[in-house]
Amino acid sequence: MQTTLEPQTSFEVTNKGFYGHFGGAFIPEMLYPNVEELRQNYLAIIAEPSFQAEFQNLLTDYVGRPTPLFLAKRLSAQVGATIYLKREDLCHTGAHKINNTIGQILVAQRLGKKRIVAETGAGQHGVATATVCALMGLECIIYMGSVDIERQKPNVDRMRMLGAEVRPARSGSQTLKDATNEAMRHWINNPVDTHYIIGSVVGPHPYPDMVARFQAVISLETRKQLLEKEGRENPDYVVACVGGGSNAAGAFYHYLNEPSVRLIAAEAAGHGVESGHSAATTALGKPGVLHGSRTILMQTEDGQVTEPYSISAGLDYPGIGPLHAHLFDSGRGEFYSITDDDALKAGFNLSKQEGIIPALETAHALAALNYMSLTESDVVVVCLSGRGDKDLSTYTKYL
Amino acid sequence: MTLTQNRITDLFAQKSERLLSVYFTAGYPQLTDTRTVLRGLQQAGVDFVEIGMPYSDPVADGETIQQSNGVALENGMNLKTLFEQLADCRTEISMPILLMGYINPVLQFGVEAFCQKCQEVGVDGVIVPDLPFDLFVDEYKTIFDRYGILNIFMIAPQTSDARIRFIDEVSDGFIYMVSSASITGSVSGISDTMLAYFERVRAMNLRNPRLIGFGINNQETFETACQFANGAFVGTAFIRHLQEKGTSAGSIQSFVNSIRA
Repeated sequence: MQTTLEPQTSFEVTNKGFYGHFGGAFIPEMLYPNVEELRQNYLAIIAEPSFQAEFQNLLTDYVGRPTPLFLAKRLSAQVGATIYLKREDLCHTGAHKINNTIGQILVAQRLGKKRIVAETGAGQHGVATATVCALMGLECIIYMGSVDIERQKPNVDRMRMLGAEVRPARSGSQTLKDATNEAMRHWINNPVDTHYIIGSVVGPHPYPDMVARFQAVISLETRKQLLEKEGRENPDYVVACVGGGSNAAGAFYHYLNEPSVRLIAAEAAGHGVESGHSAATTALGKPGVLHGSRTILMQTEDGQVTEPYSISAGLDYPGIGPLHAHLFDSGRGEFYSITDDDALKAGFNLSKQEGIIPALETAHALAALNYMSLTESDVVVVCLSGRGDKDLSTYTKYL
Repeated sequence: MTLTQNRITDLFAQKSERLLSVYFTAGYPQLTDTRTVLRGLQQAGVDFVEIGMPYSDPVADGETIQQSNGVALENGMNLKTLFEQLADCRTEISMPILLMGYINPVLQFGVEAFCQKCQEVGVDGVIVPDLPFDLFVDEYKTIFDRYGILNIFMIAPQTSDARIRFIDEVSDGFIYMVSSASITGSVSGISDTMLAYFERVRAMNLRNPRLIGFGINNQETFETACQFANGAFVGTAFIRHLQEKGTSAGSIQSFVNSIRA
């Protein structure tokens, strides 16, 4: 395993889709033409001036970007550092997920696709996908684990209201991993007219890179906003939660090659890393292949994928994106395991201190602040990836 | 690449028509059924078998095979146990044996250790749907070659002619033609689109023999496949049969007769 840091180039994906040892496209031949079509076209499509114009316009007028960079004064006083919140929770649909779905639906249109399939965990990606499908008039099928359908009911209702068909994934742990399996199976069965909008920086190349590029707007804006507010583009830390890792990829993206910026990833430890009920992938996983890429993966000695657990449906995933596996492996990223309890406390705390109810996923990133050794002079940006309305039924159990 | 001896290439040298291969999941329905089913299939006269290495997340498989994978894992099946079960199988099994499954368990076992074990117990080849051709050539081919283990690749209706030619050029043994854009067990009947694809590939006069799989579940579909290829695979239909009719020699014989009379 590579342990030395090569900051200038090593965080960009290679032609074959690798970040260091991780990535690639481990897919059945039935998916090869779809993935290859995407791989050959995505960079050119994204670079088209007409694409950029439409993408930027929708981000501004539909999503509501740029999202604010908010100086959280009371939280800063508590933590003992300067804490900024990048308010992705204020995006249309309530989370960063829509940055990616806007980008991908525009790619899908340019590839002539008529139907969209997607997986969802917490339902945020499902809602963001259903939203852009309604906007563009495309048919939308969302796979969601049966367990998640139960615990994220408001989002299920939103998807249905937006015209999407929500199909329960009943295999395995009936959560995000299984929803992803079902979406991939659906794509295998419908290769020509369907585009699969993966919701995170996971899956076969070019998905991790494409999704990271669409989410990169988060750190692009952060740099500019921080310059205005603090007179510097680079904070000392960027903190984000990681399930698959799309908000983290976006929040880190323009800082990957800035070694002075420490990149902090908060993973879900569930009941505790050693409890057997956890989703702390880097703490518990080993290199392996899941959902089309080589990454770090929670698995048994025999290479069977372990059922993860987290109170937060969006972090309840046994892998991480290959970029994050590389950040971990190279030491560029620092990973913290945050328990359900820590996340809940951080969620309640932000609500009371700043009047912002964060998503349970985001609450893991906030909880990481308590474990970092921060000093008064530190400037920290926390990616406030989503709002907590969808989690009220969970939060209220602990009120 | 020349292999001094491989049962798969030997088989195709002797026989080029109406070959029948049957898939079953190792350790299913009971952990110790692997050898029983293997023996039953040989007695019933199939030409070769694919033994499924169960996996928790088989994305190319439909419900029936997913479920059989789940049961086998519950039963405690893993690669170590499978190799133990196959250890002396060559005393009674003469037909070629392929292992079929997903890449992650093989990676955790160790690719080299896996190939070594295959050679040791007499496995002739593997089919790993999520190990793409290009990655195999880049990273693993030399290891497989060293142990004389064939890696069989799939082609699908959307696979371009150029890619089919490329796969044909570099693979040995045979080519697995996936009948339609689908996961296992989700196809019923053979459509005109499928026939056009079978014809297109037949007309390419590939170097390797071809077998058709996915959607072959009775005599009619088997015979149709055999008009366009050297034979066919049956998987889901056999797993369903094992569920309903059990693993006795008679049960397996009657299944095989129902496919290839």
